[in-house]
Amino acid sequence: MMESGPLTGPVPTDGSADGTHPRPAELSGVPAKPNPADGEIGGTFWRRFTFRRPLAALILQRLGLSVGLLFAVSLMISGGIEALPGDFATTYLGQSATPQAVENIRKDLGLDKPWTERYLSWLGGAVQGDFGTSWASKNSVGEQIGKRLGNSLFLAFFAALISVPLAVGLGMLAVQFRNRLPDKIINVVSLAAISLPEFFVGYLLIMFFAVKYGIATFPATVYDSMSFTERLSAIALPVATLVLVVLAHMMRMTRAAILNVMSSAYVETAELKGLSAFRIIAKHAAPNAVAPVINVIALNLAYLVVGVVVVEVVFVYPGMGQYMVDAVTVRDMPVVQACGLIFAAFYIFLNMAADILAIIANPRLRHPR
Amino acid sequence: MNLRSIPFSAWVGIAGIALAIFCAVFAPVIAPFGERDVVGDIWLPAGGDFLLGTDNLGRDLLSRLVYGARTTIFVALAATVLSFSLGMLLSFTAAVVGGFTDQFFSRFNDLMMAIPTLIFALVVLAVLPQHLWILILVMAVLDSTRVFRIGRAVALDVAVMEFVEAARLRGEGSLWIIFREILPNTLSPLLAEFGLRFAFSILFLSTLSFLGLGIQPPSADWGGMVKDNKDGIIFGISAALIPGAAIATLAICVNLVVDWLMKRTSSLKGGRGDA
Repeated sequence: MMESGPLTGPVPTDGSADGTHPRPAELSGVPAKPNPADGEIGGTFWRRFTFRRPLAALILQRLGLSVGLLFAVSLMISGGIEALPGDFATTYLGQSATPQAVENIRKDLGLDKPWTERYLSWLGGAVQGDFGTSWASKNSVGEQIGKRLGNSLFLAFFAALISVPLAVGLGMLAVQFRNRLPDKIINVVSLAAISLPEFFVGYLLIMFFAVKYGIATFPATVYDSMSFTERLSAIALPVATLVLVVLAHMMRMTRAAILNVMSSAYVETAELKGLSAFRIIAKHAAPNAVAPVINVIALNLAYLVVGVVVVEVVFVYPGMGQYMVDAVTVRDMPVVQACGLIFAAFYIFLNMAADILAIIANPRLRHPR
Repeated sequence: MNLRSIPFSAWVGIAGIALAIFCAVFAPVIAPFGERDVVGDIWLPAGGDFLLGTDNLGRDLLSRLVYGARTTIFVALAATVLSFSLGMLLSFTAAVVGGFTDQFFSRFNDLMMAIPTLIFALVVLAVLPQHLWILILVMAVLDSTRVFRIGRAVALDVAVMEFVEAARLRGEGSLWIIFREILPNTLSPLLAEFGLRFAFSILFLSTLSFLGLGIQPPSADWGGMVKDNKDGIIFGISAALIPGAAIATLAICVNLVVDWLMKRTSSLKGGRGDA
């Protein structure tokens, strides 16, 4: 389904959706026998490990791939910033800066050192959670992120908690009433919801619930001293916005995933045998639909992590997204770099989780032919 | 294909797109006031001289909306066309040439897609100077990764067909095979994809403008207008919601047409076609 249809959501990052991948070399010639005895197969340790524990080997492989990808991303962000034109020192001081002042600020920010040296020291720090100091505020970036990341995750967690069951339920409802009125209504409404920009949904909700009826709070600022329930009521509107934004995507993809299973030959056979609709869904369709649905959920959670950026700006919520947008407007590169890497890390690891869960749920993926 | 076979929802979509394009093309004729003229008090309510009221600086909201259609549609369309040209050229090349070229393009594409689009755009726009063509280029390059993925999948399906093999045996070059054999046979699914990417571009541009990184003031564009007027929301002034609604309406209209195109494509392919 991911391959033939146009993509409406985030996609797996490792190319697992594309069926044309050559199978990994170390898996070629895996015997049909599940647990071959020692000595029956030769080769390296990894080769034997793949034979004996195919699942663990695949998961390890995916983990390694993700870490490698993350490393490549960090290289790309850092290298890209370097390669793109634009000198920060001149941007900072304006056009009329004297060459001496530019030179001083370059030295101050450490820009006079070669790029490789700066990248390596940055990466070394980043692995330990030290992202350097912000150019604008001279605060520690890692400290700021530590505070704000928790806030962002708090928001995303509650959005996921509400949207996932709702999306799966509605998706199943749409399949159950396929091409009848409920399905058509859900289809049109979700199509409209996909087209709404996050900030429009956000302001619409503020307009109605905070300004007109006064039952919600705006802006959604949270403090350290707030109690849990106070926090919950503060994030009610941002969470509602995120749910609305992500729900339509997730539901449509769930519907497509289940329909994909429902239109396969074995379900048709079951229909022709005269089984009841419930039995077909419970016994034949559901076990095969679990993997794609889990995949859909994980991909949308990855999307949620990014959707947080705009929602935080709309609701003036002190999270990672707002931190990053503020930093971009003043060109505070250490902050931008750190936030970019962390967002990418969440995205990559959620995609990896989707991949691994799909492999666990579908035994056929463990022994690729 | 006859006109009767087009469903009602697609007609609504076509009408909406036509209206927006009409506004964009004839903006100076339709708009009652100039794009940047301060004509009255700030945040006047709708009605009277100003059909939709005025904005945070006292400019006529309707005129800004009409001019904004021009900027928004032009930038989104330019970015989409560019991303399609780039993505399709690279993906078809990858599918036809295969081997190392294919691997190199595909793996690099995977790497690009490993970073969320918005985050990538934020990082890149933080470095680059703010010009319109840079914005279009950044949007196009980021979007072309998605086009590449679809284009390669579709082209691979076609590239193994007998008529492509026949063309190869005739001794045609890669360019002939890409433009004369594969492109005409992949046009239908790619057209639907084009609409989808266009809708996405509108939303993406609006989001960037809303964050203050897209089109710079005083040019009118829908996302930027929401940003300009967002402070009014707390006082119950709905000026920010009007451009927001315009973005949403245009995106919905494009999606309605795409939905129909996609159904048509899948029914052409045969099969149970409801997935």
